[in-house]
Amino acid sequence: MRLAEHQYRTVRAIHGPLLFLEKVFAARLGELVKITAPDGRQLSGEVLKIAGDQVLVQVFGGTQGLDTRRTTVSFSDAVMRAPLGTGVQGRVFDGSFRPRDGLPMFVPEFRKPVTGAPINPVARAHPVEFIETGFSTIDGLNTLVKGQKLPIFTCAGLPAREMTDQLLRQARLPDGGPFVLVFVALGLTHFEYQFYRQTLEHMQSRFVAFVNLADDPVVERLLAPRLALTVAEDLAFRQEMDVLVIITDMTNYCDALREISTAREELPGRRGYPGHMYSDLASLYERAGRIHGRKGSVTLLPTITMPEDDITHPIPDLTGYITEGQIVLSRELHQKGIYPPVDVLPSLSRLMQHGIGKGQTRKDHREVANRLYRTYAKGCDLRRLEAVVGRDGMLADDRKLLDFADRFEADFVHQGQQRRTIDATLDTAKALLDSFREVAR
Amino acid sequence: MNGKVTSISGATVCVDLPDLKVGDRVLVGSNRLTGEVVRLDGRIATVQVFEENRGLGIGEEVATAGGPLTVHLGPGLLGGVFDGLQRPLPQLLRNSGDFITSGQNPFPLDRSRAWEFSSDRRPGEALHAGEAFGTVREGHIDHLLLSPRDGTLVRLHTGTLFLENPAATFAEAEPVHGWHSWPVRDARPYRRKLPPTTPLITGQRCLDFLFPLLKGGVAIVPGGFGTGKTVLEQTIAKFADVDVVVYVGCGERGNEMAGLLDEFGELEDPRSGRPLMERTIIVANTSNMPVAARESSIFTAVTMAEYYRDMGLDVLFLADSLSRWAEALREISAALEEMPGEDGYPTYLGSRLSGFIERAGVVEALAGGEGSLSMILAVSPPGADFAEPVTQACLRVAGALYLLDTQLAHRRHFPAINWTQSFSLYSDTAMAHFTEQHAEWAKLQARCRDLLQREDALREVAEVVGMEGLQDGDRLLMRTAEKIRLDFLCQNSFTEDAFATPQDTIAHITALVAGHDRLAAALKGGALLDDLLKEGADAPR
Repeated sequence: MRLAEHQYRTVRAIHGPLLFLEKVFAARLGELVKITAPDGRQLSGEVLKIAGDQVLVQVFGGTQGLDTRRTTVSFSDAVMRAPLGTGVQGRVFDGSFRPRDGLPMFVPEFRKPVTGAPINPVARAHPVEFIETGFSTIDGLNTLVKGQKLPIFTCAGLPAREMTDQLLRQARLPDGGPFVLVFVALGLTHFEYQFYRQTLEHMQSRFVAFVNLADDPVVERLLAPRLALTVAEDLAFRQEMDVLVIITDMTNYCDALREISTAREELPGRRGYPGHMYSDLASLYERAGRIHGRKGSVTLLPTITMPEDDITHPIPDLTGYITEGQIVLSRELHQKGIYPPVDVLPSLSRLMQHGIGKGQTRKDHREVANRLYRTYAKGCDLRRLEAVVGRDGMLADDRKLLDFADRFEADFVHQGQQRRTIDATLDTAKALLDSFREVAR
Repeated sequence: MNGKVTSISGATVCVDLPDLKVGDRVLVGSNRLTGEVVRLDGRIATVQVFEENRGLGIGEEVATAGGPLTVHLGPGLLGGVFDGLQRPLPQLLRNSGDFITSGQNPFPLDRSRAWEFSSDRRPGEALHAGEAFGTVREGHIDHLLLSPRDGTLVRLHTGTLFLENPAATFAEAEPVHGWHSWPVRDARPYRRKLPPTTPLITGQRCLDFLFPLLKGGVAIVPGGFGTGKTVLEQTIAKFADVDVVVYVGCGERGNEMAGLLDEFGELEDPRSGRPLMERTIIVANTSNMPVAARESSIFTAVTMAEYYRDMGLDVLFLADSLSRWAEALREISAALEEMPGEDGYPTYLGSRLSGFIERAGVVEALAGGEGSLSMILAVSPPGADFAEPVTQACLRVAGALYLLDTQLAHRRHFPAINWTQSFSLYSDTAMAHFTEQHAEWAKLQARCRDLLQREDALREVAEVVGMEGLQDGDRLLMRTAEKIRLDFLCQNSFTEDAFATPQDTIAHITALVAGHDRLAAALKGGALLDDLLKEGADAPR
């Protein structure tokens, strides 16, 4: 155990965001270090690997301007901790927890390690409480519940941003209570950030934002979600609030992970992403949840842009294996002018079964959802047939199913900017099913 | 003997401590984190640490625990919830709160629980290792207390037994407890292996009817995300006709484990009428818990499963998912800088996996009786591409494949078992059993397969000529096949339909096929399908 900070000027090599130091005494894994550049610039970093007195440090921020002769590294003897307290609300920070809104830093009440600790599985309360998002495709067919992690899989150019934005403004709890929003922007362009800023302003002080823009240091992209989730856990499980964490865009996070992993000379896995990406993503996503005997909750809505619209790409694939379902947006629906362009067939909410029905949404919810789903799936199947034989060559019932699929998209999926309550969603669905009574079984 | 930490790279730590053996358990650092020696190089041992080790420093102390990684086996495991190192999670919750912290090591069994111990053994009798020296009643089963070693009985402490007190005394005043420990990497011994013969009823019509599993058999369930692996595994865990279920959540979701715990706490075992949890052991190492413990979790769990098998019981081992285990193996292998094989997995993936899967089977136990250990293992292939190494390695040793189909899942056809690509090598043996109960079983199975196969062929035709262009006979066939798919093969896990007895299953399919034959005969007699269907529209189904 060291009792004081240690300072070194023994940087041997600098590779991308990594510093190699030697002759370091008793370093710790994950230890926070402060780096002073020759020009006096202050940076922080974290110990990744230690072999005897040789230490590998990951630098948060750019390594431009660092050298091997005059750069000073001081070891803090502690792992990285996030400052926490009530002052965090209503603020915008960067990926290293520095204020980004021009105001002075708040006074932290205490600090907690940013990596968090896993929730004991027996302490977890199963998510069952319905969240009304205002989107029929989600509320009706892929219901979101408190404590769930439900990603939005989008493609480049689709209105995921508008959807996220609407979600922020519209999401309501069953008891009408408000959410506290933790917004995490990873590698966002200035243009997109402007868009979200308006929404944040609308939220008044019920938000905390961590913003890492596209031209900010890549390593901070890995740090920002961890800081945000540490804050979210504190808001939820200590201050007993319902927290909605929105992360956009996890694709940038994974690319940052790949970049750092390559710099560390780790073995690349599928498409160059590191083999530990599943565990790494899980260490973020799994921080969502509820705990027995505590009031708050952390609900997680990450956005993932599927590269090449490919759902089997490692990023959406590994995400889908960890999250409790996914909302998939479709280019085809978007081109038909349907908003939100949610393709309900590959979309899924695994926790829906317990969050719907009597006492949660409405008694008929399950039956309505099943019928809608089944009938639409049949209609979509028949579209392939239609493409070959034409509508005239089809049975009367099959033609009706085709009509149903079209009407479903136009009346149920499409809702424009309008917010629908769960009752309105289910009523729309029932009306649709009634008018196709013969085929919608 | 104490040593020091010399290097740290993630969960892989090198320590300077002589006289260690590969596989030894060591306690690393001032927090005494559990680790396992995976490699030796002179005095330096490479240790895989099973707990979160951020903050661990160079030069911190390391101590040997004096033996390999073990689990504790004894009464009270049933109903337990453990992590991948067999630490009781409810106890961790009481000790350290809602979040798991490192360096905790509570005793996995409840020492304060009283057991009624009885025995028909007599002092002076010789006992071999693995033989029973008495029983306690654990829920619905007679839990045999198995002798950990050879010896001669001097005394039996029958009556009320606490686990901390000896249950028997062997010659030379050796006390023997009601529990013993066993190295997780070593398969528990048995007299001999027997061929599996009895069907394991899962309650899933599709499985029991088309792809039956045998007690002692191994099935793998590969499927992309959202295909319902977990729901299928959990449904089988609820209803399978076995004595003990060991369920491993290996690198999966915490919320799912919470759901499982809630449900199993409430539900009753349909056979014994007691809480389902009383026949279940849960090992939960969720995806955000340390990776190395995820690797050990399936060994921890299978050793407990073998222990109950050794009492002559039928045990079902369910793992969700083996891919996460393989990925943990890959991460550890990469940290050790081993030469990677296919997709970065170590080249010993196949041998390690078959070594594990071969722990299933029907055995004549050392204690006498005949016990079985069956496995149903979920696999999560990346991108739902079944050509990947884990699925392929499993296929080489598994006796049944239940392939989950993304297309079916998207249509909400659950369980999404693909009936053309799945198979069961146990089918013939199981059929011999089923035909005893119902002479037509094999014939109906063949009919059902044939109908589904012909539907596939016809659908291709229909895509060219349209349904209008099909003849009545073919349209009838497509209609029947659709009924088989939607009413028979689909089974909703969230309703009473979740479990079907073999009797229900056979009655159901008999009715469907008979209905088809009746209409087919009418068509032959010159009737038109549309007329027949209109007449039948109001008839009860």
